[in-house]
Formats: sequence, C-alpha cells, structure tokens
Amino acid sequence: MKKNLNSKIALIVAVLVVCVYGMIGVPSGFSGKALTQALAQRIHLGLDLRGGAHLILQVVVSEAVSAETDNTAGRIQQDLRAAGLTFSQVYKPDPAKPGVIRVEGTAQAKANTVRSTLDAKYSNEYDLTGGGADNTWTLTMKPPVLLALEKKTVQQAIEAIRDRVDSLGVSEPTIQEYGLGENQILVELPGIDDLDRVKSIIQSTARLEIHAVVGGPYPDEAAALASVGGALPADEVLKHGSGALATGSDADSVYVLQRISVVAGSDFRSADPGTDQNGLRNVHFTLTNEAGDRFYEYTSANVGRSMAVVMGDRVREVASIKNAIRDSGQIDGSFTADEVLILSKMLRTGALPASLNYLEDRTVGASLGADSIRQGVTAAIVGILVVMAFMLFYYRGSGINADLALVMNLLILLGFMGFSTATLTLPGIAGVILTIGMGVDSNVLIFERIREEVRAGKAAAAAVDQGFAHAWVTIIDTHVTTIVSAAILFLFGTGPVRGFATTLTIGLGANLFTAVFVSRVIFDSHLNKMKPGQLVSI
Amino acid sequence: MELFRGVNVDWLRLKWYFLGFSLIFSVAGIVSMGWHWAHIGSPVPLSVDFRGGTQLQVQFTQTPDLNKIRSATSGAGMKDASVVNYDEPRNNEVLISLPEQTNESSLDQGRQQIVDALHAHYDNPFTVRNTQVVGPTVGKQLEKQAGLATLYSMLGMLVYLWFRFQLIYGVAAVVACFHDTLITVGAFALTGQEISLTVIAAILTLVGYSMNDTIVVFDRIRENLRLSRRESLPDVVNRSINQTLSRTVLTSGLTFLTVLSLYIFGGQVLRGFSFALVVGILIGTYSSIAVAAPMLVAWQEWRGTKGKPTALPAAKRARV
Repeated sequence: MKKNLNSKIALIVAVLVVCVYGMIGVPSGFSGKALTQALAQRIHLGLDLRGGAHLILQVVVSEAVSAETDNTAGRIQQDLRAAGLTFSQVYKPDPAKPGVIRVEGTAQAKANTVRSTLDAKYSNEYDLTGGGADNTWTLTMKPPVLLALEKKTVQQAIEAIRDRVDSLGVSEPTIQEYGLGENQILVELPGIDDLDRVKSIIQSTARLEIHAVVGGPYPDEAAALASVGGALPADEVLKHGSGALATGSDADSVYVLQRISVVAGSDFRSADPGTDQNGLRNVHFTLTNEAGDRFYEYTSANVGRSMAVVMGDRVREVASIKNAIRDSGQIDGSFTADEVLILSKMLRTGALPASLNYLEDRTVGASLGADSIRQGVTAAIVGILVVMAFMLFYYRGSGINADLALVMNLLILLGFMGFSTATLTLPGIAGVILTIGMGVDSNVLIFERIREEVRAGKAAAAAVDQGFAHAWVTIIDTHVTTIVSAAILFLFGTGPVRGFATTLTIGLGANLFTAVFVSRVIFDSHLNKMKPGQLVSI
Repeated sequence: MELFRGVNVDWLRLKWYFLGFSLIFSVAGIVSMGWHWAHIGSPVPLSVDFRGGTQLQVQFTQTPDLNKIRSATSGAGMKDASVVNYDEPRNNEVLISLPEQTNESSLDQGRQQIVDALHAHYDNPFTVRNTQVVGPTVGKQLEKQAGLATLYSMLGMLVYLWFRFQLIYGVAAVVACFHDTLITVGAFALTGQEISLTVIAAILTLVGYSMNDTIVVFDRIRENLRLSRRESLPDVVNRSINQTLSRTVLTSGLTFLTVLSLYIFGGQVLRGFSFALVVGILIGTYSSIAVAAPMLVAWQEWRGTKGKPTALPAAKRARV
C-alpha cells in the first residue's frame, strides 16, 4: 500500500508538471506580466474574446454545375457535327435544373447513331433518355457525379478564399466547410473588424470569363432583346455593364454575349498588375497552353469583332480583337489599386468556381472582447473562492483535500486547453465555472458518504474505503450523462457554444481524475500518518 | 459542521403540493408562451441568432438619445429599426436592430446603412462594438439544430438510464428533465428575455445537471432496494431522498453560488446564459426530489391497480 502510494504521488506530480507546461510553456520570467503573456500564448482565444470577424458563406454550386453543362452542351454540338448528324438545337431546358441538357430535332433515321455517339462520350457522367418519335434526347447528370462536382466546387472555393484571405495578413484564419452538406463555408478572421474590406476581397473574387460579344451595348434589356428579334437564343445571354466601356457614358448598359465562355477562370497561368500606355492600372496575363490554343483559334477567326471580360456577372471590359492572340494579353479598365492586386492574384490562383452568398456575419470589436475576458475571469475567480471557502468551512480538514483537488482540476483543464487546438470562448469560461460547481459535486458525494460510514461506527480507513467505493458508482453515472449532453452540444453547436462543450467535457474528465484518484491519494497519505483510533477530520 | 443530519421527511406525502407547484409554474410558462405566440409568432422572444436580421451594438461617447437615433434611422429609410439601451445606461451602449431580410443578397446593406445614418444625422461619436447579421437560412438551420440537440441529448440519457437501471427510471428522469426545460423556457417567456444560442447551451447543460441530481437519488434507491427487500417502495424512496438530501442541497447550493457569480459578474453577454442556469439549477434540484422519485412510486401503484404483479422496479444488478 505504502509503496503503491509513492508511485501514485509521483504520477500526480508528473501530471501536474505536464499540465503547467501546457498552460504556460516555459515562461520568460516569473513576474505576473510574463506569466499572463505566456498563458495568452498557449491558450487559443475564441473570436468573441479576442475580437474578429465571423462569416458563413454559401457557395452557389448550381453555377458551377451550370458552367460544366454549358461546356458539355458545346462539346455535344461539336461532336454531333463531327459525326455528320443534324439537330435543331442543344440547350438547357430548365434554369432550376442546371444538370439537364436537351438535344432536339435529330433525324429519325439516324437515331441509333445519335445514341451511340452520345453514349460513347457522355455515358460516364450523364444518363441518356429519349430518342423516341419526337427526336428529343435528354442528358441528365448522374447524382454521384453531381455530388462530386458540388463537393469539388466547395473545396475550390475554400482554397480560393484562403488565398485571398492570406493577402489580408490575418494570423490563424479558419476557413472550412460548415454545416451538414448545404455547401456552406465558415470563415473566421481573428483581429479583423473591418468587414467591408474583408467582403470586398472575398466578394470581388467572383468568376472571370471572356465571352464573345454578339451585340451591344444597349441602353436596357428590352432594347437588347429587340436586337435579337425579341427572344434570346438558348446559347446567348444578357449581361449588364457600364456603358463607359464602349460609349463613354456612365449609364448602365446591356450586352448580348455568347453563353459559353472562350476563356474561364482556371485557364490562366500567370497574371501580374501593370499599367497601360495611359498610366491606368491593368492586369497582364498569360494563358495555359491548352487555353492558349483555344484562344488563338477563336481570336484568329474573329478579328474585328468584340470580346467581353465578364467579372462578378458584370461586363468589365469590351475589347475589339485587332489580331490573333495566343497566350498573353491584358485586361484594361478602371481598376482601383486593391482591385488590380486582387484580380491578378485571383487569376494566378484560380478564380472562385461559383459565386457566394453571405448567410451570416458577425464581428466583435477587440474592446468588447477584452471586457468579456475581464468579466468572465472575475466571475470565475469569485466563484472558485466562494466554493473553496465553503468547502474548508464545512468539511474542515477534508476541505483542504477537496480544494487541492479543485485547483488541480483547473490546472489540468487549462493545461489541456494549452496542448490542444481547442479555443476558449466566453461560454467556455462559463463552462470552466460550471466545472467548478459540478466538480465539487464529486467531492461532496464522497465526503457525505464517508460521514455516513463514520456515523455507522466504522474506523477511519474503512470509512474512507467504503465512502469512495459507494460514491464511485454514482460519480460514473453522473459524469457519463453530463458528458453525453456536452458531446451533443459539441456536435450541434458552433463557435462559442462548441467552446463551452469543450471546456465542460475536459473539465469533467479531469474531475474524474482529481476527485476520485488525487483526493483518494491525499486521504491515504493522511491515513498513513494517523494514529490508530483517530478520526478523519470531515 | 453538518446540516441535515438524520432528516426524516415523508416526501411522498407532499406529492400533491409538489404537483400543484409544478403545475402552477408550467401553466404560467405555457400561458405566457401562448401570449408570445399570438403576438410575435414564436413561444419565446428569439435573439438575432434565430430570428435573423441585423443587430449592431454601438457605444457612444456621450449619453445617447434613443429618440434621436430612431429619427436618424427612420430618416434614412429604415422604418422598423428597433433601438434600445444595452446593459447599464452609464455604458452609453445601444442595440440597434433591423428585422430579418428576406433576400439573402441584401443581407449586408442594413449594417452599413445604420452606420451611415448615424454618421449623417446624429453628431455623437460612436464605435461599433459588435455586429451580427443573420440570414433566414442560417436562423432556420440553427433553430432546427437547437431542437434536435435537446431532443437527442434527452434520448441519449434515456437510453443510458435504461441500460444502467430500468426503462421506468429513464422515463421518470426524462420527464423530470422535460419539466425543468419547460419551466426554464417558461421563465424566459414570463420575463420577456430573448433565447439565444448560448441560452440553448445553458438549457442543454441543465438537462445534464438535472439528470445528475436525479441519478444520485436513483442510485441510492437502487442500492437500498437491494439491501432491504422487505421494505415497501415508498419507504425506500423516502429514505433514499433523505439520505442524499445533504449532498443534493450542498452541491446545488455550491453550483448555484458559482452560477450566481456568473450572473452578477459575467457581464451582459452571458446574462441570458447565467439566468437560464440560475433558474434551472433551482428547478432541477427540486424536480429530482419532487418529480422523478414520486413518479417511480406512482408507476408502481398504477401497476398495482391494474392487477399486474406489484413487482418493485428493482434495478438490474450493477457491479458495484
């Protein structure tokens, strides 16, 4: 028993040392200031305590799907023509179902050739139906392919946002998938409370594409529609843009563009900010080899016509094609310094695959965070002192035991927070306070039980032994149920609430160790020194 | 020092008083929730987390005049902005809220509009301490998650108690927890305080805490049932409550003190959270004595009147 006790004490001291290291590392000094600083370095504070911005974005994945099917529709036309098959149109019948492509007006006699041509190239990604008497075929993107594309889009968006956010110089940003499959992204930027700048950097990174211009600019959509005979063909699209680009007037104008882009976001190999001959800011870019070939083919066939640079769903620039361009060029326009930097960075790293909706944003000013820390810590200290004083008063000698266990409980909790990447939030501090209350419960259970045993006339050692044995069952049950509710909180909660669940769970786990193991060791070492027949101070 | 030494109260004789007490508070809560439902469309006032919308916490350098702020915002075209003092008036802090935007893309405009309106029409320098903009999607999603979380945690505990004790113990404990949740949420409805995400966290903690208290009593009942098989169930239950009373009151008292410290010193941000815990710990302690334990006895008596064998709901033998 005694030998055993020594190794137990050694274990406790080892745990203490490790946890104190976890809390403050190796501090530069032992003054109050140096210690606080060391503590602040080890423990990650949540946004609500250190101040910062919290955004939830939703990726409009249907845009990426739509872009993919647009491309496929273009390829289908080429393939059908290459196979010498006729058709009246290839289009997407329902904007709400971006994964559906329809081919109409094929020749009845060639139905089998159409089927085999489409099957040969697209059966991996699409389900092919139709081909009956109406000579209409429907290609529907397969659900697993659709899902994979949506997933990839969200991942690309996360990568792209991370690149942009890096240019803000934020330390420890969080950018990750969020929620349960609703294509949402969580962005947390500690120390940033200028939301407008954040948004302009993330938002301006919408898709960039170059489209062929069919006609325009027109003063409004009605005029643009009139120019194409009242109904927009399926392979064309209307886009707004500033008239200043072509006519010198500032009024909003409408262009008719080819729906399928010539060059899209992922086709750029490099891009750098520069200036044009008038000293205005512009962006120089080079294309990848494959895109360069495509661009050359297009520009050489369309000399004299216009192409439009579309960014963020608006026409940013319209340029007439003077000669064939292979793989380098520039985007002019009235850009701000920030815009040029972002645009060139964006072209280098790949554009956002789809645009974003803001579902939620929150900012906490640094001063509010500091107030919260002060209030939370005050509440915690007052709570701890009251509980410790009461335990001493009520349980006398054993109260010291409980208080030691309580302090160690806190040290382990903070040590764990230091080692892990868990963040301490304001509700997290509340979790620490609650841990004190619930942690002392284990001690109370044990002590009350020992008192009962003493009252029943048992000797000191036997009373302690029985008290621990009986209380243990109850302690397990109470801890498991509380950890169940904390775990569910962690699964369902976000940010601050998660911080609460974290501290509560770690605190309760530590409590099992301190209230049962540590407290027992203290009792045992005390019992060893006691004379036979002496009573426990409880 | 020792309180509650050798207490011998017949708790089960008080069950009608308990029932009356619980009913009064539950009904008051439900009526108040009904009143809110009729007025604002939800049983309790919801914070911006669930309600959606825009909320700014603004600190002015001089004492703010709420009416001037209102005229500044309505002058800028925000007709239904609500402007209230936040926390203690000496902090010069004001909460300005706009109702939910139905359109996700216009979410962001409200925040800027408010700041611009204050700059233009009210010459009292200010800093924005905190902004929250929540879209309808997120609000709905959070509401659903909060409901599911509460449901799952009760289910999880029911299953655990079923496994450790017996089904009826689990049912009694969950009914007690539900009773606590109802009364706590009712307290929010009665006092007109908003339920936010952190309050939901507090309520879930409460579910765990109330379960704790109940389990301590149940554990003792189980132990006493094993030790004295001749004693009637009501006697065993009474004795178990009395034996654990000292622990129950002490622990609750201490936890209550820490939570009270949180309520007093924790600041406005945690006020709702600590309010839920202050109410919940009182109710949770009460319910383990007054709701959960009597339910066990009532269940056995009900089985007796049905002519079924009046077997004690003796627990499965747990390894001690």
